[in-house]
Amino acid sequence: MNKVLILWAPLLFSLLLVAGCSSTPTSEAAGAEVSEQSTGADGTAGGEASTSAASQSGEWYGDPLENPNSLLATRVIYFDFDQSTVRTDYLDVIQAHADYLAANPQMVVRLEGHADEKGTREYNLGLGENRANAVRSLMLAQGVSDNQLIVVSYGEERSAAFEHNDESWALNRRVELIY
Amino acid sequence: MIKKNLFILLALLIWQPLLHAELTIEITEGVEGALPIAVAPFAWQGSGSPPEDIAAVINADLQRSGRFKTLPRADMPARPGTVEEIEFKDWRTLGVDNLVVGQMQSNGAGGYQIQFQLLDVFRGEQLTGYSIPTTAPNLRSTAHRIADLIYEKLLGVPGAFATRVAYITSVKQPEGETRIDLNIADADGHNPETIVSTSEPLMSPAWSPDGLKIAYVSFEGGQSAIYVQGVYTGKRRKITAFKGINSAPAWSPDGRKLAMTLSKDGNPDIFIYDLITRKLQPITRHYAIDTEPAWSPDGRSIVFTSDRGGKPQIYRVSAFGGKAQRITFQNSYNARASFSPDGELLTLVTREEGKYRIAVQDLESGVMQVLSQGSLDESPSVREPVWSPIKQ
Repeated sequence: MNKVLILWAPLLFSLLLVAGCSSTPTSEAAGAEVSEQSTGADGTAGGEASTSAASQSGEWYGDPLENPNSLLATRVIYFDFDQSTVRTDYLDVIQAHADYLAANPQMVVRLEGHADEKGTREYNLGLGENRANAVRSLMLAQGVSDNQLIVVSYGEERSAAFEHNDESWALNRRVELIY
Repeated sequence: MIKKNLFILLALLIWQPLLHAELTIEITEGVEGALPIAVAPFAWQGSGSPPEDIAAVINADLQRSGRFKTLPRADMPARPGTVEEIEFKDWRTLGVDNLVVGQMQSNGAGGYQIQFQLLDVFRGEQLTGYSIPTTAPNLRSTAHRIADLIYEKLLGVPGAFATRVAYITSVKQPEGETRIDLNIADADGHNPETIVSTSEPLMSPAWSPDGLKIAYVSFEGGQSAIYVQGVYTGKRRKITAFKGINSAPAWSPDGRKLAMTLSKDGNPDIFIYDLITRKLQPITRHYAIDTEPAWSPDGRSIVFTSDRGGKPQIYRVSAFGGKAQRITFQNSYNARASFSPDGELLTLVTREEGKYRIAVQDLESGVMQVLSQGSLDESPSVREPVWSPIKQ
């Protein structure tokens, strides 16, 4: 029984990883689940996995914004093609930023909306603003005050990636959070 | 004829990536039935070598239009400088329909007199001819004007060679910063001059109808704002810098007003700003994206892009406001419309099979015709350069 578990553990681990990747590339929640289940399943043989889990839950004494393991470290929110609806996998990231801003009312964040190069420049300026406003609305709903949020759309004028392909376009459809 | 002319301008111009200040305009395709023409080198009456190869400038203009097939100099049977020197039969056998001959004289004090004649090779007669005084700095623009005269005489519509073009370049600097410039140049890419230089995005340059001013959007200071700048004075005025988007300036045909997109009230809407009274008039009020206004030639209506129906489409509204009517129905993405000078056609960007292309829609019939064959035909290829409305 124990042997079967040990054999299955890495497979389960990798399956979960694949599942996590294919649904959404940066799902923090799915990532946490993976490490929890893998340590729980194998118990004896999970040296690596338990080490990483320990460092993730390690305490951070500095500015929460500087904590590389915090959801606050995610400063770019990506969008689907022609969409300005926040994807569900980013809701906890936005929640974390909203909580931080609500707790620190002196802090101001610039929400810079961007679009890929497809379509016209002026329309993309509108699309970038819609994206930044979608993030802004969620934050306002979480108790962030209006004067802590500055919305600026750059449309397709400030690309993060410069190739003319799907990968670059995906990287350019974004809202950047700039503190 | 105008339809064809529009086609040439839109479909055949490909703008090369700009690594240097000099603008390169490459024509990748001519039209069927391009007119065979020869431009003989102009005879030079002065000391030394001529300061400019006038015939070469004219030849390049005509060739670049796609409407002419020019005869290379090496294939010319002779180099006549005057009508008397022409052996018409030699040119006929080469299949050349028209021949241009000319002379350039120096008047000593930095001035020049340029004469040219456009000839029908088969009839052996002159179609048009001019004698034009000019100066050293204006030699190229005089050559462009001659190309315009030839173009109009043979095709019946004015040429656009003696115009200027505005374009934006973005060049990464060694220090890591990006330098963004608004430039103007002759229509053939010569004489480029930078009129705005910044490290923040610049967009949407628009010439005033008199060709003396350019409206544009600058993000200097971290926020979009609309400026109007005198092309030859360098002086500029900040028109709007509201919270949110300030963009898409479009001059009214009389040059008195600017239609524009502002999102100061929460989402992008179309407004008209009167440059004289400085009053702002709202034209659309809708929670969707309304942008890219363009005036009809009579100044009475405005077309704009709106995604109020879910996807971007073109709508038309009175320049005094009121109810907007959707006018594009083919394809799921239509944007950045503008009128042809006669007001009968709209040029626009359409998405067809996932590719963005330039199309023309006949306003009366509603029929759309896709002109280009690229996949991202909007930026920076077709739309970005903006032609000056006047001839320099």
